[in-house]
Amino acid sequence: MRVNFTVNGRPQEADDVWEGESLLYVLRERLGLPGSKNACEQGECGSCTVRLDGVPVCSCLVAAGQAEGRDVVTVEGLADYARQRSCGTGARGGTSLDEARGWQAGRADSQTGEGTGLSPVQQAFIDAGAVQCGFCTPGLLVAADEMLERNPNPSDADIREALSGNLCRCTGYEKIMDAVRLAAARQSEGV
Amino acid sequence: MPANGAPTKITQGSQTRGGIGESTLRPDGTLKVTGEFAYSSDMWHEDMLWGQILRSTVAHAEIVSIDTSEALALPGVYAVMTYDDLPTEVKNYGLEIQDTPVLAHGKVRHHGEPVAIVAADHPETARRAAAKIKVDYRELPVVTDEASATAPDAILVHEHRDDHHAGHVPHPNIVHRQPIIRGDVAEARRRADVIVEGEYTFGMQDQAFLGPESGLAVPEEDGGVHLYIATQWLHSDLRQMAPVLGLPEDKVRMTLAGVGGAFGGREDLSMQIHACLLALRTGKPVKIVYNRFESFFGHVHRHPAKLRYEHGATRDGKLTHMKCRIVLDGGAYASASPAVVGNAASLSAGPYVIDDVDIEAVALYTNNPPCGAMRGFGAVQACFAYEAQMDRLAKELGMDPVEFRQLNAMEQGTVMPTGQPVDSPAPVAELLRRVKAMPMPPERQWESSEGADVRQLPGGLSNTTHGEGVVRGVGYAVGIKNVGFSEGFDDYSTAKVRMEVVGGEPVATVHTAMAEVGQGGVTVHAQIARTELGVAQVTIHPADTQVGSAGSTSASRQTYVTGGAVRYACELVRERVLEIGRRRFGSYHPAWATAELLLEGGKVVTDGGEVLADLADVLEDRVVEVEEEWRHRPTEPFDLRTGQGNGHVQYSFAAHRAVVEVDTELGLVKVVELACAQDVGKALNPLSVIGQIQGGTTQGLGVAVMEEIVVDPKTAKVRNPSFTDYLIPTILDTPTIPVDVLELADEHAPYGLRGIGEAPTLSSTPAVLAAIRNATGLELNRTPVRPEHLTGT
Amino acid sequence: MDFLRPASWEEALAAKAEHPTAVPIAGGTDVMVEINFDHRRPEYLLDLGRVGDLYEWEVGEDTVRLGASVPYTAIMENLRAELPGLALASHTVASPQIRNRGGVGGNLGTASPAGDAHPALLAAGAEVEVESAARGTRRIPVDAFYTGVKRNALQSDELIRAVHIDKADGPQQYSKVGTRNAMVIAVCAFGLALHPRTRTVRTGIGSAAPTPVRATAAEEFLNAALEEGGFWDNGKIITPSAAKRFADLCSAACNPIDDVRGTASYRRHAVGVMARRTLTWTWESYRGARRATEGAA
Repeated sequence: MRVNFTVNGRPQEADDVWEGESLLYVLRERLGLPGSKNACEQGECGSCTVRLDGVPVCSCLVAAGQAEGRDVVTVEGLADYARQRSCGTGARGGTSLDEARGWQAGRADSQTGEGTGLSPVQQAFIDAGAVQCGFCTPGLLVAADEMLERNPNPSDADIREALSGNLCRCTGYEKIMDAVRLAAARQSEGV
Repeated sequence: MPANGAPTKITQGSQTRGGIGESTLRPDGTLKVTGEFAYSSDMWHEDMLWGQILRSTVAHAEIVSIDTSEALALPGVYAVMTYDDLPTEVKNYGLEIQDTPVLAHGKVRHHGEPVAIVAADHPETARRAAAKIKVDYRELPVVTDEASATAPDAILVHEHRDDHHAGHVPHPNIVHRQPIIRGDVAEARRRADVIVEGEYTFGMQDQAFLGPESGLAVPEEDGGVHLYIATQWLHSDLRQMAPVLGLPEDKVRMTLAGVGGAFGGREDLSMQIHACLLALRTGKPVKIVYNRFESFFGHVHRHPAKLRYEHGATRDGKLTHMKCRIVLDGGAYASASPAVVGNAASLSAGPYVIDDVDIEAVALYTNNPPCGAMRGFGAVQACFAYEAQMDRLAKELGMDPVEFRQLNAMEQGTVMPTGQPVDSPAPVAELLRRVKAMPMPPERQWESSEGADVRQLPGGLSNTTHGEGVVRGVGYAVGIKNVGFSEGFDDYSTAKVRMEVVGGEPVATVHTAMAEVGQGGVTVHAQIARTELGVAQVTIHPADTQVGSAGSTSASRQTYVTGGAVRYACELVRERVLEIGRRRFGSYHPAWATAELLLEGGKVVTDGGEVLADLADVLEDRVVEVEEEWRHRPTEPFDLRTGQGNGHVQYSFAAHRAVVEVDTELGLVKVVELACAQDVGKALNPLSVIGQIQGGTTQGLGVAVMEEIVVDPKTAKVRNPSFTDYLIPTILDTPTIPVDVLELADEHAPYGLRGIGEAPTLSSTPAVLAAIRNATGLELNRTPVRPEHLTGT
Repeated sequence: MDFLRPASWEEALAAKAEHPTAVPIAGGTDVMVEINFDHRRPEYLLDLGRVGDLYEWEVGEDTVRLGASVPYTAIMENLRAELPGLALASHTVASPQIRNRGGVGGNLGTASPAGDAHPALLAAGAEVEVESAARGTRRIPVDAFYTGVKRNALQSDELIRAVHIDKADGPQQYSKVGTRNAMVIAVCAFGLALHPRTRTVRTGIGSAAPTPVRATAAEEFLNAALEEGGFWDNGKIITPSAAKRFADLCSAACNPIDDVRGTASYRRHAVGVMARRTLTWTWESYRGARRATEGAA
């Protein structure tokens, strides 16, 4: 079947979609947006969290056909979303091998996020050391960003509750707590 | 730069920003927060096929027949392969013992063993095809524990063993046995005023890394294949893969794709050979991605263990002797079992002074799921048991459990049960002192003006208590883990470092085959290059097999060994650069010949800080590149009868204090705080060090209160292969984890550092168990502890 | 597999009538797991996501008509006063992401004994509104809705449209035992509602029998004990022995199994503990409300 929906502000069309495919699969394998992750595909880890019409959901449990006509925001669009801009990501298949190569150690020297084009919560995750293997990171970022939108001054228990659907196996969550507190503080200072 | 002519003596790298000792940020951080970082499951290639594995539905059976005709007839299916389609005579693989069939032949030995593989144009087509393969099994009896596996008439898991352990084991269903005998236990036992015996059970833990096993195999024009893969050790994979594929190693190219965590679970092969076989067969790129169900069958787990201990102590609290027997269940294939046995035996006494010991550790072959590497292996299981023993001894003697441990704590110079002296700092008593000295978390934090905040109570969001039945407990534990590969293994790493001028700036490139699995090795490599070469710009080349082996990202070894290799290669590059400088500019300034020269801030300077030249001028268009191997001090095998030998190169120590609140009526646990003190030798990146300690601590918490793969003892089938029923801690299960980092240099190691990744996983579990015992007064000899155990139901 | 996308309730009923094997999907939190793990390959998926009125609720005089697809998050946020037990139960469902998608209709359709909503519905008193194109609407009392393990009273051409739940006329509580502090499937669960208007207590037990059940003997015992002692009027503390007897009878109402999540005997035990605690919480709340009313009067 064919499915049309908006991803990160840009209309997208996926063809020849098998009816049992999830929104997650379509994003990752058909629209070239593998940022949403496939850790459990049973709604038990949150790594595939996207916003569906603004609401955080596990994209692995949304049938592709259910996304018809809906508005989806993924981690790839989070920075733009945070800036209330709408410039989407191009449609193509997956990550090419060339794009999978290399990084420069100098790149992440910025302590403030200025000029890096990241949303405050993305920058805070880097700065606080909340990223290790990074597989849980996209889902956590989408969930944390949405929580800070609703609740700009969360208590620690509020943060834990809001992120209780996102498993992380590397960090023990302490640096994730630091990152969300940092993002909240920077947000309230207008940084 | 210091003022001109200032006499301050500087050392290499001390003036360069972003070097070792700083909490520089991850070079891959931006890619990871934007979703652009390409994990192995994100790989995509035009025209690629999807691979699928058919796995056994029973644990132990003869395969009577396999019929693939219907699967092959399905439109969209490009290949179906079974054992009979393997291209060479090499059909098994394995880390140490090549006992694992690439595809089952004649027999399956555990639930979920790969039987056939399929390539098709869509994952659903591949799944449908796999479902159409007809396998006729004739079921065999299963062996699932020591009694059934070593019974005289026990069915043999491997009938024709010819591995190097086969000759010395007491039964063919024992993979490896390691005794350690030291001193005279019988004599020492007579000096004991108290003797404590205990039997302990450690459940089967899963690594539960979030990124599922996955990769993309691309056939190449020369008949070879290029695999983009998430692994812990590219060259070990390559060594096992090439003979099965029938290709020389240089025709199997490997590039590390993004790795979504590992924790030991990627040390063995998973889908590597299968993807390459299908790619070579079809001539098309093949991607395989396990789902979470399959992931539980697709990698080895932590060995479950039964541990029997006897300790004695004098009335004044000195340990007299220790006897123990540790039985590890290795499951159907050997994987890392021999090394797990070596660790369990050699570290079974813990970080204590005990002169008289009688130790035996064995790993079994059974029809249970194969077990192998997981963070802290061997040492984790032992620590759970010996720390329970320490608490029982202290109680028996009426002593404070921390003081009792401190009284018996090892220190530098203590001789291990293996006869090996500990030749670097071993601040066991100090670590205990530090965790004990940390402020206690306030009582009854759940109370608020609006009533009980269930998020801070046992049961959490499930609203099971508003304070009723809740009792606080505190527990302590400390552990010892070896660092690096032991027992005579040639444990080396390779680094290629290049220095050149790009756009007027000196740039260093570091190329290793180290698997970055999240630990931050890439961050540290860039820091080392900055420190050693005095440059700002460092590029980390993607890890692949175009450079020599880096060894495994395991055993807490990568910062030590590959970090050591990067440092060594950088030193050689620095010498070459200075040679070029001397040759070209030596006649202009006497300091080129007389002073100690350093590279700082992109310049050649003297140790007094005088600038002699810009690196850009020294190098111009020259490229300096060095590829070198580096090894730590050699180790020796343990004697097979006595266990004596200098088997380990370094030890790592951590201590925990757990504070828990237990709903004693419902048997639910909330860990309130899990404080850790660890000696790290030298923190190359303090932020990453703390992240490792907190992460390791949390995995220990998981196996204390929730994590266990449940295997049916009658059928040897896995009962909970999902994240619905294999639970790992959420952010609401995880407490604050204050960390106190001690830095006592090990003079034998690069920068004095100590491998850190595993030690926190050891003592976390027994500390939580001790706290629960403290709260409930129960004995609790097994982990994970379940509500049934706490409520006697 | 075909994906049916009805734009209205009528179209949905027509589709279900035409394809009785069609599997309805709304939040997808059960169905998609089964599809992702190849446990199920329905011929038709019937997407109810476009049927707007399934996402609406109406608060009436005595009952709340809750659309089958109203997400748990909306129940927690909007119906805490009217449906306190269900709101508490909703809060224990899986994760925030799941609560944003899943609703009571799905819980009823799946009819797993572990569904979190069931004990709250049983305790509050509810009727399930189901409809077919051929026979129109009927209402099934929730007690009669669960007919076996993952079986319910729905006919193959029927869809669940709404649940009519009695508005709370007294305190309600809900507890669930899981071996993790969030995102956990119930080992067992317990719902309790005081109904001062009828001077009755109702219960619901989850995950401790082949279907969700009420502890009727426990209810009868407690109703009689409260009546006899004049507790509804005098607002006295329920005696420990009565609370214990109630808890024991709740345990006795269980018919649990041993499984990978817990043992039968633990489930029985835990249901008793939850029964006693939720009774204490609700009764204390009732007494507090009574005192406040008296104080005001």
